[in-house]
Amino acid sequence: MSNRLRNLSIPIIAVLLGVVVGTIIMLISGYDAIAAYSALWSGAFGEVYYTGEVVRQVTPYILAGLAVAFAFRTGLFNIGVEGQLIVGWLAAVWVGVAFDLPRFIHLPLAVLAAAVAGGLWAFLPGLLKARFRVHEVIVTIMMNYVALHLTNYIIRRYLPSPSGDRTEKIHATASLRSPFFEELTDFSRLHWGIFIAIIAAIFMWFLLEKTTRGFELRSVGFNQHASQYSGMNVNKNIVLSMVISGVFAGLAGAMEGLGTFGYAAVKGGFTGVGFDGIAVALLGGNAAFGVILAAILFGALKVGSLNMPLESGVPNELVDIIIALIVFFVAASYMIRIVMDRFSKKGVK
Amino acid sequence: MNKRKMGLALSLALTAGTILGACGKEDEKETTGEKPETETPATEEAFTVAMVTDVGGVDDKSFNQSAWEGLQAFGSETGLSEGKEGYSYLQSQSDADYETNLNNLARQGYDLVFGIGFLMQDAVNTVASQQTGSNFAIIDAVVEQPNVASVLFKEQEAAYLAGIAAALTSESNKIGFIGGMEIPVIERFEAGFLAGVKAVKPDIKVDVQYAGAFDKAELGQTIASKMYSSGADVIFHAAGGTGNGLFKEARDLKKKDPSKNYWAIGVDSDQTAEGIVDIGGTEHNVIITSALKRVDNAVKDLSAKAAKGEFPGGQASTYGLVEEGVGLAPINDAVAAKADIEAKVEEFKAKIVSGEITVPEFRKDVK
Amino acid sequence: MEYVIEMLNIRKEFPGIVANDNITLQVKKGEIHALLGENGAGKSTLMNVLFGLYQPEKGEIRVKGKPVNITNPNIANDLGIGMVHQHFMLVDPFTVTENIILGQETTSKGMIDIKKAENDVRAISEKYGLAVDPSAKIADISVGMQQRVEILKTLYRGAEILIFDEPTAVLTPQEIGELIQIMKTLIKEGKSIILITHKLKEIMEVCDRCTVIRKGKGIGTVTVSETNPNELASLMVGREVTFTTEKTEATPKHNVFEIENLHVKDSRGLGAVNGLNLTVRSGEIVGIAGVDGNGQSELIEAITGLRKIDSGSVKLNGKEITKLSPRKITESGIGHIPQDRHKHGLVLDFPIGENMVLQTYYQEPNSKMGVLNFKNIYKKAKSLIEEFDVRTPSEFTLARALSGGNQQKAIIGREVDRNPDLLIAAQPTRGLDVGAIEFIHKRLIEQRDNGKGVLLVSFELDEIMNVSDRIAVIYEGKIVAIVDPKETTEQELGLLMAGSKRKEAGEVNNV
Repeated sequence: MSNRLRNLSIPIIAVLLGVVVGTIIMLISGYDAIAAYSALWSGAFGEVYYTGEVVRQVTPYILAGLAVAFAFRTGLFNIGVEGQLIVGWLAAVWVGVAFDLPRFIHLPLAVLAAAVAGGLWAFLPGLLKARFRVHEVIVTIMMNYVALHLTNYIIRRYLPSPSGDRTEKIHATASLRSPFFEELTDFSRLHWGIFIAIIAAIFMWFLLEKTTRGFELRSVGFNQHASQYSGMNVNKNIVLSMVISGVFAGLAGAMEGLGTFGYAAVKGGFTGVGFDGIAVALLGGNAAFGVILAAILFGALKVGSLNMPLESGVPNELVDIIIALIVFFVAASYMIRIVMDRFSKKGVK
Repeated sequence: MNKRKMGLALSLALTAGTILGACGKEDEKETTGEKPETETPATEEAFTVAMVTDVGGVDDKSFNQSAWEGLQAFGSETGLSEGKEGYSYLQSQSDADYETNLNNLARQGYDLVFGIGFLMQDAVNTVASQQTGSNFAIIDAVVEQPNVASVLFKEQEAAYLAGIAAALTSESNKIGFIGGMEIPVIERFEAGFLAGVKAVKPDIKVDVQYAGAFDKAELGQTIASKMYSSGADVIFHAAGGTGNGLFKEARDLKKKDPSKNYWAIGVDSDQTAEGIVDIGGTEHNVIITSALKRVDNAVKDLSAKAAKGEFPGGQASTYGLVEEGVGLAPINDAVAAKADIEAKVEEFKAKIVSGEITVPEFRKDVK
Repeated sequence: MEYVIEMLNIRKEFPGIVANDNITLQVKKGEIHALLGENGAGKSTLMNVLFGLYQPEKGEIRVKGKPVNITNPNIANDLGIGMVHQHFMLVDPFTVTENIILGQETTSKGMIDIKKAENDVRAISEKYGLAVDPSAKIADISVGMQQRVEILKTLYRGAEILIFDEPTAVLTPQEIGELIQIMKTLIKEGKSIILITHKLKEIMEVCDRCTVIRKGKGIGTVTVSETNPNELASLMVGREVTFTTEKTEATPKHNVFEIENLHVKDSRGLGAVNGLNLTVRSGEIVGIAGVDGNGQSELIEAITGLRKIDSGSVKLNGKEITKLSPRKITESGIGHIPQDRHKHGLVLDFPIGENMVLQTYYQEPNSKMGVLNFKNIYKKAKSLIEEFDVRTPSEFTLARALSGGNQQKAIIGREVDRNPDLLIAAQPTRGLDVGAIEFIHKRLIEQRDNGKGVLLVSFELDEIMNVSDRIAVIYEGKIVAIVDPKETTEQELGLLMAGSKRKEAGEVNNV
């Protein structure tokens, strides 16, 4: 049990170290660190509007984090979350724009389209890995660029609005937004997607920890040889794992397409949400619940940081530095572990 | 600061109050008690203004920067300081941030919030409909909301003056125009430029070409190269980054053959620095002048109006020569006809300002 | 005679346990000194103290009479202490030479002078009779060769005192013989050796003196020529131990398992099993004897569905199982104790309880409708852990945290519990101590007595001779002889395994 406590304390220490080093950087650069952090806090939780925006930002972070974590738990490194997110986004918006259906069919259909698109986008790297042992990192990175430029082309060529660089707005029947949330959070863009994200997290936890399928996936993740020896189909599990990971990523895209924006725009570069998902998964220890906590932290940092230049004169790039530092310290958790061992004088091999 | 640490419930109540009581914003500021009472009472009524940049950031050497310079000028003229009691800005790191930033500034109690650039059209529209107690302004786009002032420019007037300079400089009587994309803004540049050229030399032929992009310098260079080689000696661009190709081609040609004339005219801001070329130790500049679009002046002017309580909500203000929203940069000393050009520019400027001449906005209206 | 190494009254504590309690070890120059103890007795801890990996709480270390403070392995190296690890510390894709010089590269102009290094390695290997190919890749050479590379590594670094950590655990009988020769050569060249082992036969054969430790305490040092295996064993275990496995006469009945003309290729695409025939009857243990690399691994992988079969047939209870998936083969009644328990046998990062259901998690009562029933799984695991005497803090402990013997007991518990008609045991006692070996052998015999077939593959001739009812000798992918353990000798088996003596073909095929 003390092991669990240690696993929990490492990300917390990493976050604290990130904050401490961030403070030092601010002090060296001549900024008021206390003002900066209080601006950060009030920009994230000071008013219900900001909190609504934080939750809005947290939603795709959770799903992107789950996507990375799920693949990781089964021994795969899905760097293609970004690309799967982008195709999911476009698929959801396409359904949202192209069809005119009652809400109870239209919205689920649009969400489903995103999930399917993301899943298919991840299927290919999974298949290549299973069949030909092509490393999924390389394939998924490539697929990110394919996704970016392909979706840009489709938007320009087939789905443009009069302005040319984005699609039409989705029909209200496909939107995740609701007047209820707008009223509750003073017009933040908070939307129903947060429940999809939480359900996805519960789904991941249940699938991995409670089902025979999850048992196989975890087993393959830890030890392919033993899994094969015990009669599991290793290749099938690899493909399945990538597809489920891609489904999570596609859903993250739906959150942006059906919730935050309501359209898909031609993108000059990646959204960054997929890559932030790696950091979220890492900080969250690749566990469903941990991912939620890490997503909340990152979402609050991102949204709160927008307020920093205004209230404290500290550039919001500094928050990017702090996030980078946190990720660094999580990645260097081995170092933290050693220090903790020194302090607790535990020398068990 | 205490307010910031209040629980969610309290802020919910507060903000609910904001929505329900769509009345006096001043009162709202009183109750939230941002500042200690020791400050001068004047500051409570002091006008505050802020802007949201697009993803380019506040130091993009272009649009956003120009707007920020306008705010700074307004601030120094009215004695405001940068910060919450004066003028400020927020940068957007992604297009998801537009709404958050606009909303943020509105609820911080800024009297006027600018959205810089047509990319923010949607966001301004949404936020303005929610934050009905705040005033907004959008640059280069029109948002039809009672609390939004839209700012447009008479690009054609600046281009008209540029056309005069081009026509008077040209010796070959062949002039080129390079447009970015065929959108209304650029069409205004084209129409104004053609009309300006015709006003002083009706026989001149202007070669009009569009690159189809604002960020393809190599394409701009190719077009410029063709124009120069077919005899043009002055080329005007309204093509953003694509225009950098024009400057490069002009510099290269001038360096190869200093005896011949290869002139270029810049756009938006004074682009003189782009035209410097070193010929055998002496510095030469291939840029005659630039058609200026004074985003800074428009921002400053609109802020001043709002501060006086004359905020043009629901209206689209168009900034032309009269409002000093557009203009022409100083003429290059190396141009032989400099004095002549300056005289003519002044003459036509006066006619435009007086209303004697109306510069056409559309291609079809150029006679 | 002077002592090269003296470890006096060493005490090393870990939270909750005293791993070494007042142990004294004195090694004379030019002797082979055995360090004997059961798994977990504290041998490795003591050697890690000597090698600078752990700092003792109490006690003194002297090298050549001088007190020293060894705070890290580099200091140990400088003092001439070299360790040949049980789990080789080698980089697989590197060549033998590259591995040996790793960290001690001779460079000229910033470039590694690999030619010179190869010559150096060759010179050392010839001097001590350690035949290796300096340019071969580690991944391509046998386990015995890899061990020589480990020995060369220490010699290359100028070691005077070599610690061998369970060196014979991974070797074939022939390789063990060669290793003993190597050790003797090393002594002749003036080196001293500490041999960590729990194999009494080896101690009797090569060692001069032997220090015994039990449960972290030093029991004493005896001169080998004045003792006998039984005395050593009782010193080590603390009670009387029987060596010969007791079993009744086998009563084999019908054929459970038949292999006909089996052909299987190895990973490089070369024939590994070449027309092999074998039959196992119910109620007998068939031992496969052979030198490592004669197709044993490929044979087992082919039977269990892990490797593609080129041609031939495998039948269980008369039913063809040749082309079935591993799962179908498992379900049809084959149990398999794999050769490499870390690679194949266990998911080390799973709790031991979940490892107990690695093949049966999808069946009731372990799960229902795809949802695992952890209550049932752990209840079952707990009873197996008790029945098979797996020493673990709880059924929730990660398999990784268990000692090798207990991991193996867990695997055997799992496989035996499924009550397979044929149990394949590949090297089931590799690296285990006397007590655990005794236990495992009993279990195998129990399976036999219950009327099941057992196929035992082992490189330990003792084990084959003691446990098997029939011995099949494998050579170059074929069964070259079937012998009765009661009528054969180690010498005869050794010759058969080396391929130098073949029985008549007819004799083989008529079994």
